Amino acid sequence: MSHAATMPMGHDRPERGFDAYNAKLGMWVFLLSEIMFFTSLIGAYVILRFAHPDAFAQPGVVLNVPLTAVNTFVLICSSVTMVKAFAALEQDDQKGLKLWLLATIVLGAAFVGVQAYEYYHLVHDGFVPNAAAYAAPGGAIYGSTFYLMTGFHGLHVSIGVLCLIWILWKSNRGAFHSKRVAGVEAMGLYWHFVDLVWIVLFTIVYLI
Amino acid sequence: MSAHVKATDFEVTGFAGEEHDSPGFIRTYIFSTDHKMIAKQFLVMSLVFLLLGGIMALIIRWQLGFPGQPLPGGTMLPETMAPGGIILPEFYNSMLTMHGTFMIFFAVMPLLVGVFGNLLIPLQIGAPDMAFPKLNALSFWLAVPAGFIMLASFLVEGGAAGAGWTAYAPLSASGEYTGVYLGQQLWLLSLFILGFSSITGAVNYITTVINLRAPGMTWFRLPLTVWALFVTAILALLAMPILAGALILLLSDQTIGTTFFLPEHGGEPLLWQHLFWFFGHPEVYILILPAFGIVSEVLANGARKPIFGYHAMVLAIIAIAFLGWVVWGHHMFMSGMNPMLGTTFMVSTLVIAVPSAIKVFNWLGTLWRGSIHFTVPFLHAAAFVSLFIIGGLSGIFMASAPVDIQIHDTYFIVAHLHYVLFGGSLFGIFAGIIYWYPKLFGRMMNSTWGYIHFAGTFIFYNLAFFPMHNLGLKGMMRRLYDPHQYEFLAPLQGLNTFISQAVFVLFAFQLIFAVNFLYSMWRGKKAEANPWHANSLEWSTPSPPPHGNFQGWPTVYRGAYEYSVPDRDDDYHPQWEPPAGGAAGPSPGSSHASPAPYSPAPERRES
Repeated sequence: MSHAATMPMGHDRPERGFDAYNAKLGMWVFLLSEIMFFTSLIGAYVILRFAHPDAFAQPGVVLNVPLTAVNTFVLICSSVTMVKAFAALEQDDQKGLKLWLLATIVLGAAFVGVQAYEYYHLVHDGFVPNAAAYAAPGGAIYGSTFYLMTGFHGLHVSIGVLCLIWILWKSNRGAFHSKRVAGVEAMGLYWHFVDLVWIVLFTIVYLI
Repeated sequence: MSAHVKATDFEVTGFAGEEHDSPGFIRTYIFSTDHKMIAKQFLVMSLVFLLLGGIMALIIRWQLGFPGQPLPGGTMLPETMAPGGIILPEFYNSMLTMHGTFMIFFAVMPLLVGVFGNLLIPLQIGAPDMAFPKLNALSFWLAVPAGFIMLASFLVEGGAAGAGWTAYAPLSASGEYTGVYLGQQLWLLSLFILGFSSITGAVNYITTVINLRAPGMTWFRLPLTVWALFVTAILALLAMPILAGALILLLSDQTIGTTFFLPEHGGEPLLWQHLFWFFGHPEVYILILPAFGIVSEVLANGARKPIFGYHAMVLAIIAIAFLGWVVWGHHMFMSGMNPMLGTTFMVSTLVIAVPSAIKVFNWLGTLWRGSIHFTVPFLHAAAFVSLFIIGGLSGIFMASAPVDIQIHDTYFIVAHLHYVLFGGSLFGIFAGIIYWYPKLFGRMMNSTWGYIHFAGTFIFYNLAFFPMHNLGLKGMMRRLYDPHQYEFLAPLQGLNTFISQAVFVLFAFQLIFAVNFLYSMWRGKKAEANPWHANSLEWSTPSPPPHGNFQGWPTVYRGAYEYSVPDRDDDYHPQWEPPAGGAAGPSPGSSHASPAPYSPAPERRES
């Protein structure tokens, strides 16, 4: 396919800016928007933390870092399985596609499950988003930022798992093959993005 | 199936346009995926909200012009708003908040981006539809509930949000300060949903412009409207999520008791201002850039001359959009921000005057020695340029931090923002609606009533808003409920009453436009394919264009502004017309099954 930037005529197909089909390009564009969304949450966190350094407890005091480190590993593994699913699709390996998609769903759901478990224990220890009820080390702003940032990331993972289930259902009906990859590839882009955001969040919320 | 596009190459792409047969009523008028119908849906929705925002302005001006006197018809309002017709301060706060919110988010933004983005992008780049038609429909059907939620907030206990359209914390963060609890939350929810609508629209516009330009439609042959809408879509794509994040933080302060903006537990009220204006200043350009594009188009067409400095115009749009990200602090000179930071923001803001001036000079250069056709859309576009200059100059006053200390949050800013948003954007919108009315409804708007509407609007607009500069310089605060609260403002009552009277007449003239708009839809003169003798691709299609727009991909041979080319009989040279003699290359369609290049003659003959 040609960029045709300087060829004025003789084509029966549109000009292309990039060598990306619509769904892929659209997903990339959408992810730019998502970056800005997380930028607003992370930016607010950075500003509040610089303004009130004492309100944020030392790493490991409130949050369970080893548990979340394992959970981070689970999410990274789910990115690997997503890549495997796409690779299988490119080989027209329908069985592999479904298998690796299922693995991604299981790992993604496990991540959300561990996060829910973590929330349950943190709330039990008085680490809550509600400022008036906050009863953990550090200040109320610590709880507010933690739950909003990890919560909205968790929401993104949950939406991703639901979309993956939908993609799996479609693959089961034979909707994808090596010439028709849009759904799986766009899904993969979203999934890797969510994974990448988590690595940033894990670093700044848990480790620093 | 007359106007469908070959979809052979597009199996992988999910290309839009394989099924362009005639759908049923619901698919045609309600859940339509045709970009032109979605543009019309946005048009109806946002004109209704524009009218609503205008009525709110009348209520605000009644209180300022005739404080303490019963509002005519005000006894119909409930006791919680206006007992005995006299406007309560709380209701006044809701009115000014909702006037700003509706005008910005539900009138001007959907008019510029929703209507013209949807209508013009596919038609002007030669595409059969958007890249994601269903996403496009979703974008509209998210905007509608957002508007209804915003309206519904008037009905809940405590009334609608009253913290201003900027919703500064901590005023907006706790219901104890304003007496508005659920109303403020609905305000936040509504804008959050609207943000989704904007983002889905932006994804669509950007993908469409990049991927679906007709053969030969290179980047620097794009009409300036497409450039402006493309850059606007990038701004919306990147700015709306910032607002969404800020709204979520504020909403969680209100509902689950977090403490982002409330200082009591360690929150930072100033954080809201930073987040809001980091979104808010790009938003300002979302509200004006598409009007730049419309005006460029209409001015070149009216002057019968190529747009002066096409490349400079494109680069100026990009420069303004880029600079728009680094100036948000100029809204916050008086917030207690570090003065050194204030100076930085002052300099970056003043730099924006350069690309803005490039645009103004190029518009004037376009008009210079043109054989101008004073059509109704042309007059609106010319008014845009003159009023935008006034609004731009008053902007420089506020961009200078020392001057801003004096005029910050006074009627000077009210005058400034109405000069760019009404004098700028809205005149651009009027120009655009009248100019592209044939492509929307297949008819022309009545031009006699168009001239009357234009003259009345231009005169009474200036009578209403220019004196506000004086009010501001004399110290009258914006959002003030009753000027008589302060002794030094009492002598300004005469001017306030005059402004209110001018606003009432201004509003009456808008009713002429409304009637003309509706009347012409059924009774207007039938429009030919190219009534303005314009060059861009939408004028190669019948008025209104059929589902699918073109017969196959049109081929583009030149830029969109080749007016008054020497040695031609016509004073315009359409983008789709093959060069004479065919010297420039093979005849399109010779080696393919695609149809011949689109003929400039009107195809549709309705009896």
